[in-house]
Amino acid sequence: MLNLVVDGQPVQVEKGSTILQACEKMGIEVPTLCYLKHLAPEGACRICAVEVQGVKNLQFACAALCSEGMEVTTMNERIAGFRRIVIELLLANHDADCFSCPAVGSCELYKLAMDYGIEKSRFKRTKKPRPKDETSEFFNYDPAKCILCRRCVRTCNEIQSNRTLSLRDRGVRTSVSLPFGKVFKDSSCVSCGNCVSACPTGALTTKASKHYRSWELTRTRTTCPYCGVGCQMDLLVKEGKVVGVEPADGPANPGILCVKGKFAYRFIGHPDRLKTPLIRKDGVLSPASWDQALDYVAEGIKRIKEESGPQAIAGFASARATNEDNYVFMKMMRAAIGTNNVDHCARL
Amino acid sequence: MMEQVRVVLDHAGDISPISSEEYLRIGGYQGLKKALEATETIIDTIKASGLRGRGGAGFPTGLKLSFTANTQADQKYIVCNADEGEPGTHKDRIIMVEIPHRLFEGMAIAAVAVGASQGYIYLRAEYPYVATILEQALADARRQGLIGSNIMGSGVDFDIQLFIGAGSYVCGEETALLDSMEGKRGEPRFKPPFPGVQGLWGRPTIINNVETLSNLPAIMVKGPKWFRSMGTERCPGTKLFTLCGNIAHPGVYEFPVGTTIRTLFEEVGGGCPRGKKLMAVQTGGASGNIIPASLLDTPMDIDACAEAGATFGAGDLMFMDEDSCLLDVLENLTEFFEEESCGKCTPCREGNTQLLRLIREFRNGTAQEGDLNLLLELSNVMRGGCLCGLGQSSPNPILSVLRFYPDLFVENSYRKGDLAYA
Repeated sequence: MLNLVVDGQPVQVEKGSTILQACEKMGIEVPTLCYLKHLAPEGACRICAVEVQGVKNLQFACAALCSEGMEVTTMNERIAGFRRIVIELLLANHDADCFSCPAVGSCELYKLAMDYGIEKSRFKRTKKPRPKDETSEFFNYDPAKCILCRRCVRTCNEIQSNRTLSLRDRGVRTSVSLPFGKVFKDSSCVSCGNCVSACPTGALTTKASKHYRSWELTRTRTTCPYCGVGCQMDLLVKEGKVVGVEPADGPANPGILCVKGKFAYRFIGHPDRLKTPLIRKDGVLSPASWDQALDYVAEGIKRIKEESGPQAIAGFASARATNEDNYVFMKMMRAAIGTNNVDHCARL
Repeated sequence: MMEQVRVVLDHAGDISPISSEEYLRIGGYQGLKKALEATETIIDTIKASGLRGRGGAGFPTGLKLSFTANTQADQKYIVCNADEGEPGTHKDRIIMVEIPHRLFEGMAIAAVAVGASQGYIYLRAEYPYVATILEQALADARRQGLIGSNIMGSGVDFDIQLFIGAGSYVCGEETALLDSMEGKRGEPRFKPPFPGVQGLWGRPTIINNVETLSNLPAIMVKGPKWFRSMGTERCPGTKLFTLCGNIAHPGVYEFPVGTTIRTLFEEVGGGCPRGKKLMAVQTGGASGNIIPASLLDTPMDIDACAEAGATFGAGDLMFMDEDSCLLDVLENLTEFFEEESCGKCTPCREGNTQLLRLIREFRNGTAQEGDLNLLLELSNVMRGGCLCGLGQSSPNPILSVLRFYPDLFVENSYRKGDLAYA
């Protein structure tokens, strides 16, 4: 363990901890932009500047490691002035059309500008942004709002391992790019949407997010119903309807989801959705209660087993059931029915 | 002209750059031989010599080697930084085209000292003809058993491979250089970990400039005491100085550290051409401080330069005569850094473009009230807050001009010819 002092308060952290982790432990807020918990720290956006006693230059909390006896200051005039310049620099080449921006209310740059009292950058726009890419089925990319924190690129490469997003050009002309300058629709993008979830501004936004503002939402933590992995996610609910999904940090998912978890939620309120079991009688499907349906199935299985033996029966389970349900289903097929004819639909 | 003091460039140009036989004849590879015989003492010898890195940062070479020597690893590397991208610097090129075997020997000495078996020369893409010479010289050294396996019959293996960059200034920064070698986008890494402990492919890696490594053979042969007889107390030895700009005899010259800029300007460079008066000198390279002619007696030494407000850097001196316009110069320099910023950290990516815009406002006479403060504020933020040396040093020319020519920006106008302040 290491002993250090942050803003005059002593704290003990494990060896290898960053200054940011020490601050989090103490409940001291240090602003971040390029930092995301599950990504390797880059220390690149420079907003997390802090002072370490005895070190001339500012240190960057998200990537700088704690050392024994270190004395850290997280806020003073010098730090605030430095962060202010960083925010002003980012704002200069950022389209601040906040009224029409889908990220309004959740934009991290907006919050920082407010926190540091910046209404207008003293710097001027110096670059012409690349054109928008709205070809994805699920989300839009507006480079004019990109602050090049690279959370999207690193999420795509480090966590999703899809390696679709990268960077092109350099200096102020740097932009997030797809291989060979393609658009999302024609690229290797699998629409997992994790880049969108990672974006701190309105550069990457879901198409659906135009229809709600963050303050209109309630969030409900739940488990994704699509497969047995059990990803944790937050349903974004507006006026009783699910309007979006955001990944949560669960034991099985480090803040990411797949395309189904992230975008395939519209079945919830869809008129075609089945709400009761259906039994086919004389070629016509008609609604039934669960008891009726289960009795019907149990009787059918018993009859076939008597007439033709257990090998005449096969069970086909759903990937949307949990691992535990699938396990019990397998047990039922083998032990209760007496056949090894059991399979599963996870053939994606 | 004044006689040069040749250590790194000793016999350079007198012998074939390719032939190791000719280099052996002038006493070449004797330093390596000594190093192989007394492996344990190499680092102490280099530490005692007081040699400091010649690429610009001036880090003590012996200390750097000791970090890597003390790190356990299955593989260590020696990388020679030959990405000589600083505008106005040509010293490494001269070493590589005239006496490359001295560099190979220096790399081998460093390799033996830290226990590395593989070396790389990261050569800038703009030096293709240097690559040809290096390849031939490497092949010759390999034939003679000077590099490769079992070097000089010692049982030690050390081979050198050439790696050619892709034309990016920032790849001269040691960690960006490593990323570039690993096939990634050339961008600096957050330090620590330092390359000496975790470098190329995660292995301990010594990265040194061509000139630094080329000093090692003579130190091994003649000893630290001899080396300390040249240069200054805190920076012994010689330095290759690149003289360029408005100077009668531009070129690369080797003199002891501490030689004054006046000596280099008047006695070596022959003053400004056409009898023009000197106005200012940019010291240390494109990212170094610009000083007025009144400071010409500053010795070219790391500490003396820092004290006077100049930059030692890689030993470049760009002379500007009375017809030069400093705002033009600043615009040109800032254009370069704006173009070469990798874009990874905010203050450099967004800062250099804003510096350029502000400089242009001053140059065009359209600067607004507050722009001067903004320029100063931004420059200071960049110096202390950028991720690597590129952004940390790109405001240096601007800040030095603000210091030595405070009226230039206040005048807020561009009138060529009126700006000769010296």
